[in-house]
Amino acid sequence: MTTATLDVNQPATPPAFQHLSTGRRVKNGIATALVWLAFLVAVIPLVWVLVSVLARGAHMVANADWWQQSLGGLLGDDVGGGVYHAIYGSLVQSLMCAVIAVPIGLLVAIYLVEYGRGRLAKATTFMVDILSGVPSIVAALFIYAMWITTLGFNRSGFAVSLALVLLMLPVVVRSSEDMLRLVPDELREASYALGIPKWKTIVKIVIPTALSGILTGIMLALARVMGETAPVLVLVGYSGYINYDLFSGEMASLPLLMNSERVSNPSPIGTDRIWGAALTLVIIIALFNLAATLLSRLVAPKKK
Amino acid sequence: MSESSATPTPAGASVDSGNTGVGGRVPSADTTPEGPISAQPVTGNKTKVRPGDRIFRGLTTGSGVLVVVLIGLIGLFLLVQAIPSIGLDQVNFLTSREWSTNDPANLRFGILDLLLVTVATSVVALVIAMPVSLGIALFLTQYAPPKLARPFAYAVDLLAAVPSIIFGLWGLYVLAPQLAPIASWLNDTLGFIPIFADGNVSSEIGGTIFTAGVVLGIMLLPIITSLTREVFQRTPVAQIEGALALGATRWEVIRTTVLPFGKAGYISASMLGLGRALGETIALTIILLAPSTTFGGSIFDGGATFASKIASASSEFNDPRSVGAYITAGLVLFLLTFLVNFAGRAIVSGKKEYR
Amino acid sequence: MNFKRHGAALGIVAAGALLLAGCGGDPTPPGGSANSASSSSTPVDCGGKNPLSAEGSSAQKGAIDLFAQAYGQKCAGAQVNYNASGSGNGVKQFNGGQVDFGGSDSALSADKGEVSAAAERCKGNPAWNLPMVFGPIAIAYKLDGVSNLVLNGETTAKIFNGSIKKWNDPAIKALNSGANLPDKDIQVVFRSDESGTTDNFQKYLAAASNGAWTQGAGKSFHGGVGNGAEKSNGVASAVQAVDGGITYVEWSYAKNISVAKLDNGSGAVELTSDSVGKAIDNAKVKGEGNDLVLDLDALYASNTPGAYPLILATYEIVCSKGYEPDTAKAVKAFLTVAATDGQARLADKGYAPLPKAFQDKLLTAIQAIA
Repeated sequence: MTTATLDVNQPATPPAFQHLSTGRRVKNGIATALVWLAFLVAVIPLVWVLVSVLARGAHMVANADWWQQSLGGLLGDDVGGGVYHAIYGSLVQSLMCAVIAVPIGLLVAIYLVEYGRGRLAKATTFMVDILSGVPSIVAALFIYAMWITTLGFNRSGFAVSLALVLLMLPVVVRSSEDMLRLVPDELREASYALGIPKWKTIVKIVIPTALSGILTGIMLALARVMGETAPVLVLVGYSGYINYDLFSGEMASLPLLMNSERVSNPSPIGTDRIWGAALTLVIIIALFNLAATLLSRLVAPKKK
Repeated sequence: MSESSATPTPAGASVDSGNTGVGGRVPSADTTPEGPISAQPVTGNKTKVRPGDRIFRGLTTGSGVLVVVLIGLIGLFLLVQAIPSIGLDQVNFLTSREWSTNDPANLRFGILDLLLVTVATSVVALVIAMPVSLGIALFLTQYAPPKLARPFAYAVDLLAAVPSIIFGLWGLYVLAPQLAPIASWLNDTLGFIPIFADGNVSSEIGGTIFTAGVVLGIMLLPIITSLTREVFQRTPVAQIEGALALGATRWEVIRTTVLPFGKAGYISASMLGLGRALGETIALTIILLAPSTTFGGSIFDGGATFASKIASASSEFNDPRSVGAYITAGLVLFLLTFLVNFAGRAIVSGKKEYR
Repeated sequence: MNFKRHGAALGIVAAGALLLAGCGGDPTPPGGSANSASSSSTPVDCGGKNPLSAEGSSAQKGAIDLFAQAYGQKCAGAQVNYNASGSGNGVKQFNGGQVDFGGSDSALSADKGEVSAAAERCKGNPAWNLPMVFGPIAIAYKLDGVSNLVLNGETTAKIFNGSIKKWNDPAIKALNSGANLPDKDIQVVFRSDESGTTDNFQKYLAAASNGAWTQGAGKSFHGGVGNGAEKSNGVASAVQAVDGGITYVEWSYAKNISVAKLDNGSGAVELTSDSVGKAIDNAKVKGEGNDLVLDLDALYASNTPGAYPLILATYEIVCSKGYEPDTAKAVKAFLTVAATDGQARLADKGYAPLPKAFQDKLLTAIQAIA
């Protein structure tokens, strides 16, 4: 499908014009150099960011306490403690978000692939696109306006989960939709031919076939929402203590901890905690990405 | 990259599928070649729809409706809570450059300055990200050794997996000191051009629109690249081979086939990147300094964007009238990103060849 | 098949999360228990309502955390939930009877009807403003080669409103005869978010600058010059990033930065616990009896030798009478611990410990709560 496999510099048969004019050759050379440069420009910040985080955070995460303790009761310049409370908060908020977003997202994807025709399907596709462009701060404000101001609930980890749903939903819909479309029609036809109802065909044949791809998409979406900062800033307070209750009270998460230490801790210990938490977040996101890759490798999606 | 992006997912998901990205977004599934046959359900004899089917169909359709309603709800809730505060506003909320909300009885807020700074940061980011992304996309589709193209693409996508708060911290503490000499050089040599004039915040601290734009530009790279790449990959092989057969150099092949074919996709990708840049929150909150004067048109000015203004005030959300001012800002941001995303999608939605 | 395999993979992730949930814990705060054992001269009548609820100013959140820690150690298991949602909310929630006491950066205002609303909440008894937490504000700067800067109210006001733009301005030179002041631009750094620190700093400038500060007070900075950074740590790190920077910030954030001495007409005063204590001791109470409302304007304008006047005072707002008996008991116990054991690590958090005479005044008031 791509031309990348053709070696452009070695034509199969020598062309009639062996000699390229200097101008054309120089232009070609400049273009090649610029294109390579562009790629390097992209790789430099990636490496730079990762190395910075690693260099500044490694000594923090190398400590077992870091993974097992909270920062509860510790002052800004107390050595020790960990980010257990924030890891717990990040995971639980994201998992709750997934519990809501995945079924809805999957249903929307099924609708678009299996049922959607006409205006509503077009509108849905369009709105999913728009939703994927909604900034996270707007999602957070919407939940604030709906959940906290209008419905009168307090700020909590659950409010964060609700805002994350808005951000995760389009990603789940898109990846599931793509995977469902890859399921060959022959499978569906065979199932119908056996007199199996359409819904059962979808649930028992189509979804299992596409499942590895769908799960991969979910893992990646989870990794993405876990790093979101805007919703936690608006929708929940920070606490250094462990809070197991998603539905009430202040609850830490890794981005919130980083921001809280950034704005309120002047000591070098605070800087250590920020970069330690940053590395922790990168590690967790990398694990989710790795899991996603493994899932997709385990069984490649069925193709036509 | 955290904040709600429109890109396909980094690792496996986009790898094999032929219809992720811009092409797959095209509404109207009925012309998709892989479209399931369900348009014509197997109804050999006219049996009634089974209850299971009816329920399942209702459930999925309901979810589809929910998504549509959701967008409406976002606009509605923001609007309902913004209106009272706009009514209380002592200055014109569209044209004023003031922002003072600490006395709910005397709200004075206008979005003009936020809008200008938001646009300025995004423009700086795009000026950096657009050419570089184009280069990367060309590199990955046309130049990279075939065996390395996929790992390279993965590396670029990895950039998207780094949370924006980390980019913000890195931008302020690591990158800004390195950018300072470049900034002062630009300021010294090109200072006579207004956009490079002396800014209204200290350039030594580094919290300028310039720094923020560079960091934002880096964050946009994977977004614009991945969508552009997918369109470039769809360039008809026949065209490329035709150009090669005429003796074109690699650059001439790109200029005559890949670029004309992919132009709309590239512009669309850049629009989506712009939408992402307009709403970026925490990285800009961390980097940008607030000046005590309004935005003067220089990239060495400081300022606050819609999103950073809301985020930095969020811990003091207590009086509904003051919060309403920030919700107004959020509403404007929502409309702005809506328009930009709409435009970005519209550019490619008519293109049959991208499917 | 696929489903099983992937179900298992998802299961592993879920199990991992659960495993994680089982093995964490809060660390033991260092030094905390040792302190409580040694300093407990005042008897505390523990018990009553648990947990106490309170809401208000974020400026005193750090101090309340320490008080709560000490309270939990003194009275086993006793807790205080302090929700730092801002002074305005603290007063509103207290007057509405939602919380047991409020925290506020300013005393109840009669003009806004807060005093009468509070009296209603206290079943017809007056509410008291108890200034429990004092946070000195440092004027922090970074200027290579200058480590001993002296400023006065007037010069500070002129720096922060842009009338003085260079470090070698004659007005600064006059106060620092020995120092080698460079010909550098002054980079003012201010808080870009709304804050009580900014409000108090501007009140100080208005009171102590001989009329040089005409911009008024308020939670946003009105100086009209400089660079706004987010929150206390933002201004602290911004000022460290630029040679020639100056800012105002809570003391605890200025630990690694040079802090200017203030000269109020009777010699330069360094910011220390002692000099702040002296200022608190000299503060005039303008409230009646046990209602310890402070006259901060007088304090800011005072020229007591050896006193550092630039401080932020925040109040606990309590009922003099009218609590349920067990609420009164717990409020008294908590405030007593706060005024005694709770003082131990205050300086670490950037707050000034209460001087003895003022501590006695507060304890008298606390004991009178019924």
